[in-house]
Amino acid sequence: METKLYTITVFSENTVGLLGQITIIFTRRAINIETLSVSPSAIKGVHKFTITIFATEDVVSKVVKQIDKRIDILKAYYNTDEGLVFQEIALYKVATDKLLELGTIEILIRNHHIHILEMNENFVVFEKTGHYDETQQLFNELSESVGVLQFIRSGRVAITRSKVERLSDMLDNIQEKYGK
Amino acid sequence: METKTKITGAHAFMQSLVKEGVDTIFGYPGGAIMPVFDALYDYDKHINHILTRHEQGATHAAQGYARVSGKVGVCLVTSGPAATNAITGIGDAMLDSTPLVVITGQVSAPLLGTDAFQEIDVVGITQPITKWAYQIRRAEDIAWAVARAFYIARSGRPGPVVLDFAKSAQNEEVEFNYEPCTFIRSYIPIPEVQSSQIEAAAALINTAKKPFALVGQGVLLANAEKELKAFLEKGNIPAAWTLLGASAMASDFPLNKGFLGMHGNVAPNMKTNECDVLIAIGMRFDDRVTGDLKTYAKQAKIIHLDIDAAEIGKNVIPDAPVLGSAKDTLPALTAMIKEAKHAEWIASFAEYEKLEFDKVIQREVYPESGEMTMGEVIHKVSEATDNKAVLVTDVGQNQMMAARYFKYSETRSLVTSGGLGTMGFGIPAAMGAKMGAPERTVCMFSGDGGFQMTIQELGTIMQEQIGVKMIILNNHFLGMVRQWQEMFFEERYSFTNMLNPDFVAIAKAYKINGTEVHKRDELDAAIADMLKDDKPYLLVVNVEKKGMVFPMIPAGACVTNILLGD
Repeated sequence: METKLYTITVFSENTVGLLGQITIIFTRRAINIETLSVSPSAIKGVHKFTITIFATEDVVSKVVKQIDKRIDILKAYYNTDEGLVFQEIALYKVATDKLLELGTIEILIRNHHIHILEMNENFVVFEKTGHYDETQQLFNELSESVGVLQFIRSGRVAITRSKVERLSDMLDNIQEKYGK
Repeated sequence: METKTKITGAHAFMQSLVKEGVDTIFGYPGGAIMPVFDALYDYDKHINHILTRHEQGATHAAQGYARVSGKVGVCLVTSGPAATNAITGIGDAMLDSTPLVVITGQVSAPLLGTDAFQEIDVVGITQPITKWAYQIRRAEDIAWAVARAFYIARSGRPGPVVLDFAKSAQNEEVEFNYEPCTFIRSYIPIPEVQSSQIEAAAALINTAKKPFALVGQGVLLANAEKELKAFLEKGNIPAAWTLLGASAMASDFPLNKGFLGMHGNVAPNMKTNECDVLIAIGMRFDDRVTGDLKTYAKQAKIIHLDIDAAEIGKNVIPDAPVLGSAKDTLPALTAMIKEAKHAEWIASFAEYEKLEFDKVIQREVYPESGEMTMGEVIHKVSEATDNKAVLVTDVGQNQMMAARYFKYSETRSLVTSGGLGTMGFGIPAAMGAKMGAPERTVCMFSGDGGFQMTIQELGTIMQEQIGVKMIILNNHFLGMVRQWQEMFFEERYSFTNMLNPDFVAIAKAYKINGTEVHKRDELDAAIADMLKDDKPYLLVVNVEKKGMVFPMIPAGACVTNILLGD
């Protein structure tokens, strides 16, 4: 079966130790987490994990069921890139003198829609948002031309395209049906 | 203004246990749990605490108690090494879906994370092998955490829960308010039955000419034995059981076609690959049942009834999944299936039954000469209890032989370590089983190896006068490993022979009666002596040294690749 990149979205209660419970499930099957981001969701007290892994659909479906089964997990599901609107952010630190020597800063900034976050006599910090390939391409260009002093890329954040049941509605339904 | 009196966390904890109906605890005191043990001293009218000789013993005893009674087993131990000693039983309960609440002491909250004396990260260690693990750091969390722990342990697919209880929270004072937990919004223990799934499954069954049901522990856990019988009888569907599904059907139930899997009966394994509709009920297609999945029941449409969504499609992808408790799904299915006879199909099992009897059972259970066999001992003990006893086993040849040759007339009659396969499970689990079903005879079969893994629990049996009947099937070998060495490792018996102590003398030192049998003609009298009263007893039977468990499907082989040892 074909391995590809899947994005797993997990909604959970905001309790201590949940990240460990989730990562253990990947560790058991020797799956590397490619990216991970955690943040509060739109619903108060509910946290959202966005995890990307390379796997077959057979494996990702089983892993997601095992995550969903944990007591404090509200909902877990998975998508491929086609089903998502997603974004990553990257920061690049480069030497100011080398950048000035290059003489083509304007073209670089226009082509890559770079934001400059900080600039001083020693270094400049660029910010670029985009998909992995896009942030990687800027990294490659900078590496070849001026060198990159530091680089960091965030985990993926994603929103689904499908008209899935909203989590808040799901929670209301559960409360209505079982919470009496 | 009304002011509620405050009590210590330890007393709040004891009161919480009483509110949950706890009447038996298996435990072992120590530094970080001493305030709770001190409070326990005042609750002797409500709670019977059994002091085991090792924390692993406490967990297996709680498992035995839970498995026969259907109640939650409770363990109370201290921090550090006590918690790590409890890990084996917690893991065992996770794999075998046994409801346990294990309370471990923990260092005081201000010391957490400092490598304090007897501090270990219990929540971190137990998270992968529990349904829920929680650290109580504040006395105000006690009532909530205990209520949640019992709800999670016993509801849905049961399992172990760990409460790691900081010593400072045991000493803190708190106003006590207890409310049972009945709802957690992120956890739906019993999924609602979907009528479309029932209809699809019923449609498959109604077209089946050769339906076959596989019965797992899910039926017992759901108390759905009657519902199972009604379902099987209406459709005249022959059925077989997994190791943990034993006793969900009585042994003499006509549609009961025996034991599945590696050392199971020939007919149900062969028929798995002959049936046209396979109905799995509360079982998880363990590798010891399925063998090679690529050749498993490929000819059949598969229906899988399970309460746990993560089990459906995990190993075998069903044509008709049915999510829900067997208590709900079986009656729904029974209502929609047509009455049927399947006489020819049912009769076709007999040929394999005869083959197995002639090639295996005859010589194992009814030998007329030579050394004693495990099968004949188990058969005689079962008959002597009128097939009404609770069977507890250790792990290995004794376990497979006992599962094969013991007979069951009542439900919840087999307590064994199925998933984890824990040697040393037998003695403590038997103690717990006897505490959980004091009116029943409890017979525990062990090998000479496993018996010595938890032999110290003889001390608990002595102190509490727990009337378990222990039978060591002594072959002076780690028999199952030896069997594999003979079959698959060119008879290279690497570290499997054992020089054993005088087990009866050890029992005697613990003031437990016992006898050792060397010859066949002594066996009946020894069994009668063992069963004559309700006192603990050790019967050591010296069986053939190189006995083998047959039939056997080699690990990973096709389910029809059955070796009969002839």
